[in-house]
Amino acid sequence: MAEEVKTPAPPPPPQPQPAKTGPSGGPEGEKKPTAEKPAAAESAAPAKPAAPAGKSDVPAKAAAPAKPAVPTPVPWTSPLVEKYRNQYGSGLEALTYLGQNYLSVDRSLIPDILRRLREDEQFDYCVDVTAAHYPKREKQFDVIWILYSFARNERMRVKTQIADGASIASAVSIWPTANWLEREVYDMFGIRFDGHPDLKRILLPDGWKGYPLRKDYGILQQDTEWVQINLGIESGQ
Amino acid sequence: MSISEKGNPNALANAVSNLDLDTPEKPYLDSNELIINMGPQHPATHGVLRVILKLDGEKVLGTECVIGYLHRGVEKIAENRTYTMFNPYVDRMDYCAAVSNGLGYCEAVEKLMNVEAPARAQYIRVILTELNRIASHQLWLGTHALDIGAMTPLFYTFRDREEILKIFERYCGARLTTHAFRIGGCQYETYAGFEKDVTNFLSFFAPKIDEYEALLTTNRIWLERTKNVGVISAADAIALGVTGPVLRASGVKWDLRKAQPYANYSKFDFEIPIGENGDTYDRYLVRMEEMRQSMRIIEQAVGGIPEGPIMGKVPKVIKPPVGEIYHSIEAPKGELGYFIVSDGSTQPYRLRVRPPSFVNLQALDIMVRGLLIADVVAVIGTIDIVLGEVDR
Repeated sequence: MAEEVKTPAPPPPPQPQPAKTGPSGGPEGEKKPTAEKPAAAESAAPAKPAAPAGKSDVPAKAAAPAKPAVPTPVPWTSPLVEKYRNQYGSGLEALTYLGQNYLSVDRSLIPDILRRLREDEQFDYCVDVTAAHYPKREKQFDVIWILYSFARNERMRVKTQIADGASIASAVSIWPTANWLEREVYDMFGIRFDGHPDLKRILLPDGWKGYPLRKDYGILQQDTEWVQINLGIESGQ
Repeated sequence: MSISEKGNPNALANAVSNLDLDTPEKPYLDSNELIINMGPQHPATHGVLRVILKLDGEKVLGTECVIGYLHRGVEKIAENRTYTMFNPYVDRMDYCAAVSNGLGYCEAVEKLMNVEAPARAQYIRVILTELNRIASHQLWLGTHALDIGAMTPLFYTFRDREEILKIFERYCGARLTTHAFRIGGCQYETYAGFEKDVTNFLSFFAPKIDEYEALLTTNRIWLERTKNVGVISAADAIALGVTGPVLRASGVKWDLRKAQPYANYSKFDFEIPIGENGDTYDRYLVRMEEMRQSMRIIEQAVGGIPEGPIMGKVPKVIKPPVGEIYHSIEAPKGELGYFIVSDGSTQPYRLRVRPPSFVNLQALDIMVRGLLIADVVAVIGTIDIVLGEVDR
């Protein structure tokens, strides 16, 4: 435990970039988007330079045990993947990271693939629907479905990228449980799901403005107008 | 009531949809239909849950849950804290099972960093987590029985739960929001007499479960209030993503501790109790048996704690490599999952909590349709929700 002596000195991201992200990001909010994630989907290369760069001035002895602990996504091969790759071709990428399988698919294929996973491949339990925001990317959002099959005892994830303002097909007709999960994604990210029976906010009040889990929404930010009207106070803090 | 039998999943989707409350031309008051609010400040909603009930006399025609009163933005907070700093926050989600929350979070980050907690830490984790499962089920039983009108079990379960909380307090200084585990292992070594306290608790608690059962299992009133109340079929439960004891009571033998073992659960011998009818009574029986099975696990674990370190080789500054992970555990209420995206910095880029209570609560509507108002209280109790986790 004592090997890592140097703690706060090196700034985590390689180059501290000007705060362009948002007006209210705060000191921590700004450095986050520097190490962008999406590239990891195509190749594992960016993962490597990031880790040693931060640790370069740590004694070599300490760096040594940490090295083998950096795994990279490898292609996921299985009959299921082969089948879909033959059919959908380049719109689909199958990877395994830390023993967890996921499909990165094109947005247009989503309703089709989800339905087939449910009906043909027995992924009958939709564990979660969620999203992540990458403000610097052209297609800003990752939407992620986590699926499980009782028959196979197998988990997988399906991911797709969509642009801000674009919508995605709802999975409620495939897995009814997606109802509240999609409402939460809409509530937190503002991603609309086409065909959802009742798409409205779920955790935040109906009249709230803004989508809190977007990266440009600061941690202290709030809908001041809503707070003043509905709570009768100047600020919710 | 089973909609999925008709082979039309859309029917279920529409059934859970809203009640069209805003439609002005709907003649609610001209007919026998009545809309009433239950909660948010209602003792039987176990927190601040508001349920809008659409009634015909006393019969429930449909419900809509309004949640979010306890929303604290846990996922947003996570993005602005380091991995270590966020650890105590997870205790505040399901505050009746804080140890389980901590286990899930620590294991998820460990998995992301590709490290494992040492064997001794694994044993301590399992013992405390299973003790917490018992404590969570005790709290459920006491409040659930109280909702239905049986007051005595509340006093019994709280009396006995105290013994578990005392062990927690001696171990880590806190009773409820324990923050017992750290990423990489455990912070605290067991105190002198820990094994003895746990063994004493087991011999103390075994007859107490029989005591609870003597009060309820064959009690005529209890049977009337719980049998065939809030029935959910296995197919509906799976379609709605319901997990935990609610799923098992519908006859699905699925427990993450067996299906995809985490920590060192594969080393222990225990059964997964299941029910047949998927009603409130079966869920009661399943949870009672789960407490016994937890005791079996604790008994095996406490006798076999190996010597060794309690903390793995984890750097002081937690900085997982770029990547993402989903890890889930069998919390007392169902599948508790953490989906973490790391950008290689000291803070999670995105942290998503998959809360069992939130997803299970969605099944409330289908479970109470056609029942009486009084049964709604029984069904909310039997789903076993904690609003701190529903709203996060």
